[in-house]
Order: sequence, then C-alpha cells, then structure tokens
Amino acid sequence: MNWIPVILAFAVLGAIGLIFGLVLEFADKKLKVETDPRVAQVRELVGGANCGACGYAGCDAFAEAVVEGKAKPNGCPAANAEAVGAVLGLSVEQGEKMVARVICQGHNGVATERYEYDGYKSCATAAGVAGGPKECRFACIGLGDCARVCAFGAIRMENGIAKIDENKCVACGNCVEKCPRSAIRITPADTKVIVLCRNSDSGRVARAACMKACIACQRCVKTCKYGAIAVENGFAKIDPEKCTRCGECAKVCPCNCIMDYSVVTPDAE
Amino acid sequence: MNEIGKILLFMVSCVLTNNYIFSRFLGCCPFLGVSNKVETAAGMGVAVTFVMAIASLFTKLLYDLVLVPLSLEYLNTISFIIVIASLVQLVEMFIKKTSPSLYRALGIYLPLITTNCAVLGVTILNINSGYNLFYSILNGTFGALGFLLAIVLMAGVRERLETSKVPQCLKGFSGSLIIAGLMAVAFMGFSGLGK
Repeated sequence: MNWIPVILAFAVLGAIGLIFGLVLEFADKKLKVETDPRVAQVRELVGGANCGACGYAGCDAFAEAVVEGKAKPNGCPAANAEAVGAVLGLSVEQGEKMVARVICQGHNGVATERYEYDGYKSCATAAGVAGGPKECRFACIGLGDCARVCAFGAIRMENGIAKIDENKCVACGNCVEKCPRSAIRITPADTKVIVLCRNSDSGRVARAACMKACIACQRCVKTCKYGAIAVENGFAKIDPEKCTRCGECAKVCPCNCIMDYSVVTPDAE
Repeated sequence: MNEIGKILLFMVSCVLTNNYIFSRFLGCCPFLGVSNKVETAAGMGVAVTFVMAIASLFTKLLYDLVLVPLSLEYLNTISFIIVIASLVQLVEMFIKKTSPSLYRALGIYLPLITTNCAVLGVTILNINSGYNLFYSILNGTFGALGFLLAIVLMAGVRERLETSKVPQCLKGFSGSLIIAGLMAVAFMGFSGLGK
C-alpha cells in the first residue's frame, strides 16, 4: 500500500489547522475586549438556567446589567442575592420568596374525563381538541407543557396533574406562560392557605366536572373569623392581607379544595 | 458580448437569478432566525457577505495552490470547513471589538455562520462550476449580497406584520415560511436574466 497520500493528507490538514489556529491566537490577543471580572463572578452565581425571570435576555445579559448598575442585584430569583451583592460590595436583601402553584387538584379519578385523549402529548394541543380531555375547562390538562419548560426541574407530572416542588421553584414564570389553562399562579411562598380551584361554573356543574371543585357553598366564608374570604365569580378567594393562616376554612371545605400548606407539606419530592 | 457585460450579467445573476436562498435554498436557518428586525438582518447579511467573500478567496487559493498539486481534491469539504470556521471566529472577534451592540443582536447566529450552508455551498460551487479566482470572489460577494437582499426584504415584511392583525394560525414561523415561499416564487420571475 502506498502510504504517501495518507500522510500527505494528514500533513496538509494539520498544517491548515495549525496556520489558522495561530492566526486566531494572534487575533485573540490583538482584538481582546476588556471585560469586568465581576461580570463573570455574577454570572457564576446566577446559575445559567437562562429562565428569563429577571427580564433580561439570559443570564449573561443579566450579569452585565447588574455590574453596570442597571439591574437590581436581587433581580435573579435563582441566585443568592447576598452573594451577588457581595461581589459588588453592596448589602442586599433577598427579595420576597415567591413560588409557582398549580391552582387545580383535578388529578385522575377526581376530575371527570370528557374523552380519552390519544394525540400528541402536549397540553396546548390537547386543549384545542374539543376543549380538552377533562370536563372542567379550568383544569390542569396534565400533559406536562410546564414541566418541559421548567429549567429547574421543579415540576413533575403525577397522576395526570402538575406538581411543583417549592424548594426548587424560583418563580421565573415560564410555566405560567406555557399553561394553556392559566392554571399556574405565582404566589408569595408564605401565602399558606390557598383555594386550589378557579372553576367559575355554578356549583352543580362544577361538582359534576370535578370532585375537588369549589362549588361556592360559602361555608369557608362563614367560618372565617377575619373576613378574609369572599366568593367571587363562582369560587372562593382568600385575601392574603387578612388571612391569619389559621386553616379553619380548609377543615370545613366539603370539597377539600382549600389547601393549607402550613399543615400539608408542599409538593416536594 | 464583451467582458464587462459578461461580468455585470454574472453579478446580476448571482444576486437575483441564482439567489442562494430563493433558488438554491441554502442558508435558510439564519434567513428565518435573524429576520425579525431590519437592522439585525442587515448586520447578519453584512457579516455573511464578509465571510463569504473572504472564504471564496481563501478556499479557491487553497484548492488551486495546495489541494490540486498534491492531488488531494477529495479533502475539499473538510479543509473548506476549517477555513470557514476560522474566518467566522475572526469575524466574531472583530465584531465584538468594534460593535458590541451588533454582537449582542446577532447573538447565537454569529457562530452559526460556521454552519451556514450557503457559505460552504458557495465555496464548493466555485470549484464545481470551474470559476477562476476572479469569478469565485464575484460569486462569493454577490451571492452573499443576494442573501443580504433576501434577508433584509424578509425582515421588512416581518416588521410590518409585527404591527398588523395576523390570524393566530399564521403567527410566527408558519407565516414566515409562507412569506418565504411567496418571495421565492416572486424571485422565479428573474429566471432568464443572465444564466
């Protein structure tokens, strides 16, 4: 076998690569852009999930904006604000911890199914097929559009419904945007008592759609000593300002659709 | 026909008749990806023009002076890719230094010129069509200007659509693809101009 062409091919490609490599190395030195070392430090702290919760186009842009003083150091929900502040030599308080919560408990067996959906596994698609596979038009469809968009792995699908791990959630809001039913809401983490239903149909219709639907029976309204609950648009609403997290309403709700997160552990794994 | 007329015709045919996007369907990724704003699209087009022109020059020289004498013509694709990748890196550094705002606007699409098939397409077409060095550079430059024209036109259309009422089903990529198709049909009207 004649080895010369093989060696030649190696040598030529190697030489081309070497020449261009040297040129690039030279150009890199020549065209170097001075960057603030603090940008890299902040970038390290914010993690790099590029979730967009800060309102900037990704973590790089946020880190730059922080160092330039355009963005607040506690703007990133995924980062430790104190550490970011320390890089800049500022003392910063962590913003209020927010979490995303699924306002629906209609998992399999609880929510009435309208038909068996066998199509492409996406909530957005399913929602377009005769109004979705669940009878309730406010329900979590449970095909995981939110879980797929979550950069922090905080959402998992369980029993046909989304569950959010509050320890992992940073409230970036990407799931809220994806949900075709708007069944996810960003709430302060210390808002502990929440009505997990927003079915505004009349009680009879709501009950037929889901065993855990709010039927606007007013029992919670009557039980609450602080006047924090009101029924509006066919479902109960708790005013977090007035609520003292006593949890009485959750005990009397006949449909178990009020969740007291201070008693029940949040949906951690 | 005299030589100048020939060259002019060749330029026109590169830009309009054999438009890289609309008649050869090369470089569709940046065409759809960076055509949201006219300004960014023009920046991308200029960057591609620069890379294509230089890449035509370098690859033609490399092919004629190195690969052909050593009878290593079969290495053209891989060695051209090395050339293009290095040039793109160089352009990226240059833009980062001179215009940070353009650098940020182009974002991920700047390194993606490396894999822009139009660039590799031009260099390989130069070889396959048997162009000499001058025509290779013309083909690279004016082919890229055709790309620039196409992407800027597209960005103009999309900017207008941004503020007008579009049915939900035609928003985003579906609408863009339909527009691209219509533009390609329109560009077919240039066929017969030049060769």
